[in-house]
Amino acid sequence: MEHKTRMDFQEALDLYQDEDLLSLGAMADLVRQELHPDKTVTYVVDRNINYTNICGSGCRFCAFFRPPGHEEAYLISQEELSQKIQETLNLGGTQILLQGGIHPDLRLDYYTELLRFIKTNFPIHVHGFSPPEIHYLARKEGRSLHDTLENLMEAGLGSIPGGGAEILVDRVRKEVSPNKCTAGEWLAVMETAHGLGLRSTATMMFGHVESIEERLDHLFRIRNLQDRTGGFTAFIPWTFQPENTRINVPKASSAEYLRLLALSRLVLDNIPNLQASWVTQGPKIAQVALKFGANDLGSTMIEENVVAAAGVTFRLNREDMIRIIETAGFQAQQRDTFYRPI
Amino acid sequence: MRFTDPSLSKIHEKLLRGRRLGFEDGMSLYRSDDLLGVGRLAGLVREEKFGRDTYFVRNQHLNYTNMCVNRCVFCAFSRDRDEEGAYVFDLRTAEEQIRSRLHEPISEIHIVGGLNPSLPFSYYFDLIQMVKHIRPEATVKAFTAVEIEFFSRLTGRSIEEVVRELKRAGLEMMPGGGAEILSERVHRKLYPKKIGPVQWLNVIRTIHGLGIPTNATMLYGHIESLEERVTHLLSLRSLQDDTKGFTAFIPLAFHPENTRLSHLKTTGGMEDLKTLAVSRLLLDNIPHIKAYWVMISPALAQVALSFGADDLDGTIVEEKISHMAGARTPKGMSVGEIRHLISSAGFRPVERDSFYNIVGEGCKHGA
Repeated sequence: MEHKTRMDFQEALDLYQDEDLLSLGAMADLVRQELHPDKTVTYVVDRNINYTNICGSGCRFCAFFRPPGHEEAYLISQEELSQKIQETLNLGGTQILLQGGIHPDLRLDYYTELLRFIKTNFPIHVHGFSPPEIHYLARKEGRSLHDTLENLMEAGLGSIPGGGAEILVDRVRKEVSPNKCTAGEWLAVMETAHGLGLRSTATMMFGHVESIEERLDHLFRIRNLQDRTGGFTAFIPWTFQPENTRINVPKASSAEYLRLLALSRLVLDNIPNLQASWVTQGPKIAQVALKFGANDLGSTMIEENVVAAAGVTFRLNREDMIRIIETAGFQAQQRDTFYRPI
Repeated sequence: MRFTDPSLSKIHEKLLRGRRLGFEDGMSLYRSDDLLGVGRLAGLVREEKFGRDTYFVRNQHLNYTNMCVNRCVFCAFSRDRDEEGAYVFDLRTAEEQIRSRLHEPISEIHIVGGLNPSLPFSYYFDLIQMVKHIRPEATVKAFTAVEIEFFSRLTGRSIEEVVRELKRAGLEMMPGGGAEILSERVHRKLYPKKIGPVQWLNVIRTIHGLGIPTNATMLYGHIESLEERVTHLLSLRSLQDDTKGFTAFIPLAFHPENTRLSHLKTTGGMEDLKTLAVSRLLLDNIPHIKAYWVMISPALAQVALSFGADDLDGTIVEEKISHMAGARTPKGMSVGEIRHLISSAGFRPVERDSFYNIVGEGCKHGA
C-alpha cells in the first residue's frame, strides 16, 4: 500500500504545491478512515480561561495581549476564576484551557497556588500553560524545565496545550515573535513534559510571513519529536487572523487551510488526532474539514478571547457541534483531554 | 479516478462516454457519502468547460421595495404595507443609489423587489429607463418571473407584452429568483400565493422566447426532499433543452433566521458543496454554476470552485434580502478581495459582464 511508506519532505512539498485540492483531501480522508474506522468525530466541552492578558512578548500577530501597566491589562481574581470554572462544570465541561500572556512578575508560586486552588475546589482537568510560558518561568526561576514541570504537575497540571508553536522555524519567529522562545526551546519543553508523562497537543499558526517550506519544516519537526516521545495527542493547525495585529497580510483562505490540514494528516502519521479549527474557519468549513483528514472538532469553547480579539467571532454551542458532526454522516462523541470517550 | 463509493464509478463512466445523467444518478450523487468523489466529478466537468477560469462581475443590487403581497413562509425580507420597516424607493431615491456609485466601473445593475400593488407599471418602466440613462454602459438585469407575472396581472396585459415593454425601456437580462423548489407540494406549503412550478417555467419560457436570457435558482435547505431537488434540476434542464435561455444556475442556501421557519437550521458546508456539485453534473446544458458567497460565505464559495462552481457572482453592495434572513456574510466585497479569493485557491480570476464577455483584460491597472 502506497501510504504505508513514510512521506518525506520532498514528497510532501510536491503534494502541497501540485496536487489537486480534492485529491489531496481524498488521500487524507483514507488515512483518517484507517486511524478512526468507527466513523466517530469527537469534541470536548471546555472553556478557555486566560488568567492574564499582560504579556512582555509583544508578538506582532497578537491582538490579545496588553503591556504591563496598560489600562486594559488584567490578572484574573480568584472569584472570577471560580465562577468561570463552576459555569464550565455546570455546562458539562471536563477541562479548562488555562493560558495567559507571559507575565513578567508572576513566580512559580503563583502558578502552583493557582493550580492547587483549582484542583482543591473543582473536579476539573487543567490543560494549561503553553511552552513559552513554561520556558519563561523556568528561566526566571533559574530552574530546569524538568524541575519546573514537575512542580506544576505536583500542583495539579494535567496536560499542556500546544500553543505558542506558531511556526517552528527561528527565521520566522525572529520576525513575528522575537521575544518568545525559539523553536528548539519550544520543542525542548514538549520533550521534557512528554518525558515526565505529561501529554500535550501541538499547534501551528500559518499564513503570515512563513514560506511553504517553513510550514513543512514545522510539520516534520513535530513528527520527529513525536517519534521520540509519542506524547502528542493531537495536531491543531489554524490560520493567522490579521485584524488588530501588526502583520498586514490578507487572511489565508479556506482552500489554503484545507490543503494544509490534509497535508498534516498525511505527514503526521504518528499523531492520532487532527483537530479542525471552527473558531478560525467557521462552522461550514469546519464541517468540510472532516473530509480533509480531521477527526475532531475541538472545543465548544464556552469562552474564547484570543481569536475574538483579532475580530473573529464564530459561536458554536454543543447542540450545533453535534448537528455539524451528524449531518456530515459521523457520530458525535464527547471526549476528555486524552481523546477518550465520555 | 478512484472512489470510495462504487456508484460514483458508474457515473464517471457515463460522463466519460458523454452520456446524460438521469434522476437516479442525481439521487446517487446526493446520497453518496463520498463528498470529495462527487466534487471531483463535478470538478472534471468544470475543468473541461472553463479550465481554471473563475468569473465575477462588478455589480450593484437595488431592492426597490420590500412590500409584498405574497408573504412567503421562507422570506425575512418582505413586509406588509403598513408594517414597521416597510419601504419603497421612489425614483429619486433609486436614482441617488445608482448615482452614489457612478465612480465605480459597475457593469451590471441587479434589480428585484416585492410585489407591491401600490406601484403602477410605469414605475418599472421608468426605473429601468432611469438606470439606463445615467448608467448606459451597465446591463440592467431586473425582475424575476414572479414579478413579471405580477406586472401582467396588474396591467391585464400578456407576459409577452409586459416583457416587450420593459425591453423597450432597456431591460436586457433577468435574474433567476422565485423558482424556490419547483414542486407543487412545496409550493402549497411555503409559497402558496406566488406562482407555482408550472407557471414559473412557462413565464421563463416566454421570456427566453423574446430573446432575454435569465438565470435559474433553487432555494434549498428547508422542507424539500432530495427527490424534489433532483426533480427541480431536471425540470430546469429540460426547459433549457428547448430554449437555451439560461445563463447560470445559482443554488441558494436557505437562511431560516427571522422567517416563519426559524426552527430550522442553516445548511451545513457539506450540503452546500454537494448541491453545487450535483447541479454542475446534472445541468449539462446550463453554462455556468454560481457559488453565491452572500449566502454560503466567501470561505465556502472559494472551496466550491473545486466542486464545480465557476462563478462567484459579484462585488455587490447593499444586499438586503439574505441579510434580513440573518446572513452574517459581508454585504460587499472589493474587486481585490474577490480576485484574491479566487487566485489563492489556485484559480484564475476573470472579470465578466452580465453575458460573460470578458471585461478589463489587458487593463491590469483597473484591479
